Amino acid sequence: MTSPTPIRSTMIDTTDLRRTFKTRAGTVEAVAGVDLHVGSGEIFGFLGPNGAGKTTTLRMLATLITPTAGEATVAGADLRRQPQLVRQRIGYVPQGGSTDPAETGRGELVLQARLYGMSKGDAQVRAAEILAVLDLEAAADRGTGTYSGGMRRRLDVGLGIVHRPRVLFLDEPTTGLDPQARARMWDEIRKLRELGTTVFLTTHYLEEADALCDRLAIIDHGLIVAEGTSDQLKQKVAGDVVTIGVNGSGASVLTLVEAMPFVREASHDAEAGLVRLYVDHGETAVPHLLRSLDAAGFAPTSIALNKPSLDDVFLRQTGRSLREEAA
Amino acid sequence: MTAGAVARSSTSTTIERTPRMRTLRDTWLIFHRSIVLTIRQPVWIIFGIMYPVLYLVLFGPLLNGAIGAAGAGTSAYNWFVPGLLVQIALFGTAFGGFGLIAELRYGVVERMRVTPMSRTAMLLGRSLRDVVILLTQALIMTVLAIPFGLHLDAAGIALTFGVLALIALVVAPLSYSAALILKSEDAFAPLVQGIVMPLLLLSGILLPMALAPDWLRFLSSINPLTHAVDAARALFNSEWGNPEIRIGVAITAALAVVAVWIASRTFGRANA
Repeated sequence: MTSPTPIRSTMIDTTDLRRTFKTRAGTVEAVAGVDLHVGSGEIFGFLGPNGAGKTTTLRMLATLITPTAGEATVAGADLRRQPQLVRQRIGYVPQGGSTDPAETGRGELVLQARLYGMSKGDAQVRAAEILAVLDLEAAADRGTGTYSGGMRRRLDVGLGIVHRPRVLFLDEPTTGLDPQARARMWDEIRKLRELGTTVFLTTHYLEEADALCDRLAIIDHGLIVAEGTSDQLKQKVAGDVVTIGVNGSGASVLTLVEAMPFVREASHDAEAGLVRLYVDHGETAVPHLLRSLDAAGFAPTSIALNKPSLDDVFLRQTGRSLREEAA
Repeated sequence: MTAGAVARSSTSTTIERTPRMRTLRDTWLIFHRSIVLTIRQPVWIIFGIMYPVLYLVLFGPLLNGAIGAAGAGTSAYNWFVPGLLVQIALFGTAFGGFGLIAELRYGVVERMRVTPMSRTAMLLGRSLRDVVILLTQALIMTVLAIPFGLHLDAAGIALTFGVLALIALVVAPLSYSAALILKSEDAFAPLVQGIVMPLLLLSGILLPMALAPDWLRFLSSINPLTHAVDAARALFNSEWGNPEIRIGVAITAALAVVAVWIASRTFGRANA
């Protein structure tokens, strides 16, 4: 007899998923072999700069485009062989809206529920339920063209969950929202997890990935460069981050600090005029650094000590800052 | 079976349906949605017949004098009005793709593609909406023409409307296909304009093709719309024995089948 302990099942499982696009310039590999494993009930974040392959991966998993190669199982159904079953079990909230400005919020919800096979009566009950949960009752019978950005985004999410999917895909759910609406959206997403829905979202906001996601994967140029919990990823950076303003003498400073025994890794960002070091104990390293720089005749314009952020993780894996990419 | 699996299956309200049932049901849902949204802005229904009404009022009287010379039979309006109705059928539906491009931009189409709904229903629901709007416009147009001296025959008008519906079922699916492929008004408008204008001019809607030189009459005879116009005119005037009825209806119906088939495939393509 096996133990009755429930085993956390896998909701999304991909093996070497690929997608190429033909353009006039030639063939572009937007997704170049992605392996993902997302467990049931997780909020999984897919982090990366614009054009990294986030949306392409999401659209493949949501049956909107077919993979060029690779295998995937979504919500227990085979993506290639049972796309119709996948559709029945997932919800998808596209980037940039999904509603007609002339249709009312209630009208959109009822239609969506009916397209998923519900009877008219069931659809009306379910629409009213969702309008109440998402605090859209007052605007329910107005055209969605009159909604604020935050309200429209909440309605988009409502349309994605109308049939109680096992997995909900959210493409950049908070892009373009003000901080208040963003916090509100995070709350709604956490509520979904409490109800047992697996949430797979893409984002290029580091704060969002950090605060909201149980686990995340970082994607760059169509490949996953890191995967794990936010803490695990930060630990991989190994140590603290010291950033020194070098005022033009970056290359020499880099040579100097690379020779120091406590510096694990160093890099020079000439454009920003910064040298970045990864050290084990930042607090004791900084006085050493300052003394050595002084002795060698360098006058740093600034010096900063930080605990590693997801941006450092990204920077370390790709050599670029996500903050700059997203800006 | 685990408790979780039981709970999950009990929350499902989905009823199993055969694919054909699903297509019919989804077609009705999309038809209903799009017609409600169209009726909310009734001004477009009127806009759609603005030009034909201008032709009726400002060009019709001129024709009335000219047609007598060309020998087109009884009333010039009985010859002219069926042509104007075909013009509405062609123009009104050819530009239907504009609405679909807007829906693409709103994200509505993508949202629906992720549901298990029938792809064919996305096309048929919208095309049937176009048919209903067209027939409403045709009815308004016919009534407006009565004061000008139009002779009416109920059976003839009903059958003419049938031909108009067939024309819409050729043009609307092709328009939606083009819209799905092009995805932009800037590319869509010139394409439609470039196809519709020559079709219209070659169909003998404004003046009888009997007046045309041989080469132009030949071009007109290979234009399928010419035969639809001839059939509509014969039906409108209850010329039941006219062979153009059979030819026009057969050509238009065959084209409608082909157009719906092509457009269903476009809607069904995974990456469109």
